[in-house]
Amino acid sequence: VKTEVLHKSINKPHSILDVEHIRRDFPILDQKIHGKPLVYLDNAATSQKPQRVIDAITNYYSGQNANIHRGVHHLSQLATDLYERSRLRIGAFFGASCGKDIIFTRGTTEAVNLVAHSWGRPNLKPGDVVLISHMEHHSNIVPWQMACEATGATLKVIPITDAGELDMDAFDAMLDSRVKMVSVVHVSNALGTVNPVAEFIQKAHAVGAKVLIDGAQSVPHIRVNVRELDCDFYACSAHKIYGPTGIGVLYGKEELLEAMPPYQGGGDMILSVSFEKTTYNNLPHKFEAGTPHIAGGIAFGAAIDYLDAVGIDAVAAHEHALMDYAHARLADVKGLKLIGTAKEKAGAISFVMDTAHPHDIGQILDGEGVAIRAGHHCAQPVMQRYGIPATARISFAMYNTCAEIDTAVEALHRVNKVFG
Amino acid sequence: MTDNRSLYEQVILDHNKHPRNFHAMDSPSAKIEGYNPLCGDQLTLFLKFDGDTISDISFQGVGCAISKSAASVMTEVLKGKTKEEARVLFDKFHAMITSDTDAPLDEVALGKLRVFGGVREFPVRIKCATLSWHALLSALNGEGEKISTESPGE
Repeated sequence: VKTEVLHKSINKPHSILDVEHIRRDFPILDQKIHGKPLVYLDNAATSQKPQRVIDAITNYYSGQNANIHRGVHHLSQLATDLYERSRLRIGAFFGASCGKDIIFTRGTTEAVNLVAHSWGRPNLKPGDVVLISHMEHHSNIVPWQMACEATGATLKVIPITDAGELDMDAFDAMLDSRVKMVSVVHVSNALGTVNPVAEFIQKAHAVGAKVLIDGAQSVPHIRVNVRELDCDFYACSAHKIYGPTGIGVLYGKEELLEAMPPYQGGGDMILSVSFEKTTYNNLPHKFEAGTPHIAGGIAFGAAIDYLDAVGIDAVAAHEHALMDYAHARLADVKGLKLIGTAKEKAGAISFVMDTAHPHDIGQILDGEGVAIRAGHHCAQPVMQRYGIPATARISFAMYNTCAEIDTAVEALHRVNKVFG
Repeated sequence: MTDNRSLYEQVILDHNKHPRNFHAMDSPSAKIEGYNPLCGDQLTLFLKFDGDTISDISFQGVGCAISKSAASVMTEVLKGKTKEEARVLFDKFHAMITSDTDAPLDEVALGKLRVFGGVREFPVRIKCATLSWHALLSALNGEGEKISTESPGE
């Protein structure tokens, strides 16, 4: 798979970001692995955290900890304010209209499950169709299989091309009034493909279908505005955007969320409970049963503050340059084949090598201090599509450099030396 | 965790590049599939028994260097052994692979299998090294069906 990047110069591009300055904000990066400087290129699995996010968690537990939404005392009020301000902050970053349309979840997976359950169960019936794509993460496949099994609706899969792009002609042919939900990934974690989600949303709405966008891999790399996109639901995780694990958000259009029954029952999601009748709480609390990950929610806001201060557009430009540089350098590695050659890619590059299985590639790179992912990336249908058991994947964040890509590429040459 | 050189011994690299007994078998006495869903390692093991003796053994499949070389060395070592000897070797191999990294290796009993001693230092690769051996054990137990390193629902 030789693309036009081969003909580009392999000079290191001058970064739009002050990366050396940024790297000092991420304490974990300053360490050695097996005696070599850490080169962290597994950001699609999870990104590292800046000091500001770590401080937000430490400060919460050392000076602000109390349960929220229920206390008359000072700390409870403080924690509630911090948590709810964080919700507004995150919503504003994604262009949401108000706090009511931002539901805190454990992450993207729980957000998709919430929609598949609370929107899917009441709205799907036999004869209805849910469309997903062949490049979905398991977390955007299995919840819809479960919803279809429970309701008698049919799950259909939009095929992908050899380049790893969604087959838009096939999508057009699959769209009709039976389609009630289109749930697709914005950026593929296994292929790096950026999907034309705006076009999807427009076409799906034209036949009356709702649209959920899995934004787990897009929000760290692309400016997302949910109202401009006009998507019905958008899901993402904090830990891929420099925030903590265990917290994410679901954006949903307010009128849809209003009409949906709760996902889980418990404390915080009710207004009143008696054994005869329970009145559910208002949005967004209706979908947030139990004491939430308060520190995580607050630190998620700190992560958004950090990303916003650096500037998502500058991050996107920096990572785009890294991607071009990496493509050019990888073209020199003998027997290396890219999996996913879409015109528009962000964040991740997947590949296989003639000489070595992805796990052996990952092992050799680890020995050089380079962290990458090897495996099926929770996207087994993608692996089946290309007839491979697994890929090796390098994925970028704002703190990565061309010098780090050089280190990774040298290690890939070493893979050929060891196994060739 | 230590240097990769302790994992990728020359014998392992050689068997990965030139796997022995790497072919299907006509009318085997036992045929069994091994699958490691976490890695995508997949192999089919073929055995021919002559009474109590493993008269022929071969394998096919895809996998990493560790799983492929482990299967290859296993077939070399087991050809001509009795089923009981094969079980003893399984136990010795399994004990070695799961032992503490500073425990001494029983080099005499392990013979060629000792090259996989380095796998002990890389816990995530243990399943790669034992995939073919678990397939063998299932075949010896007469379980002619697909085995997996992961139990359903695990």
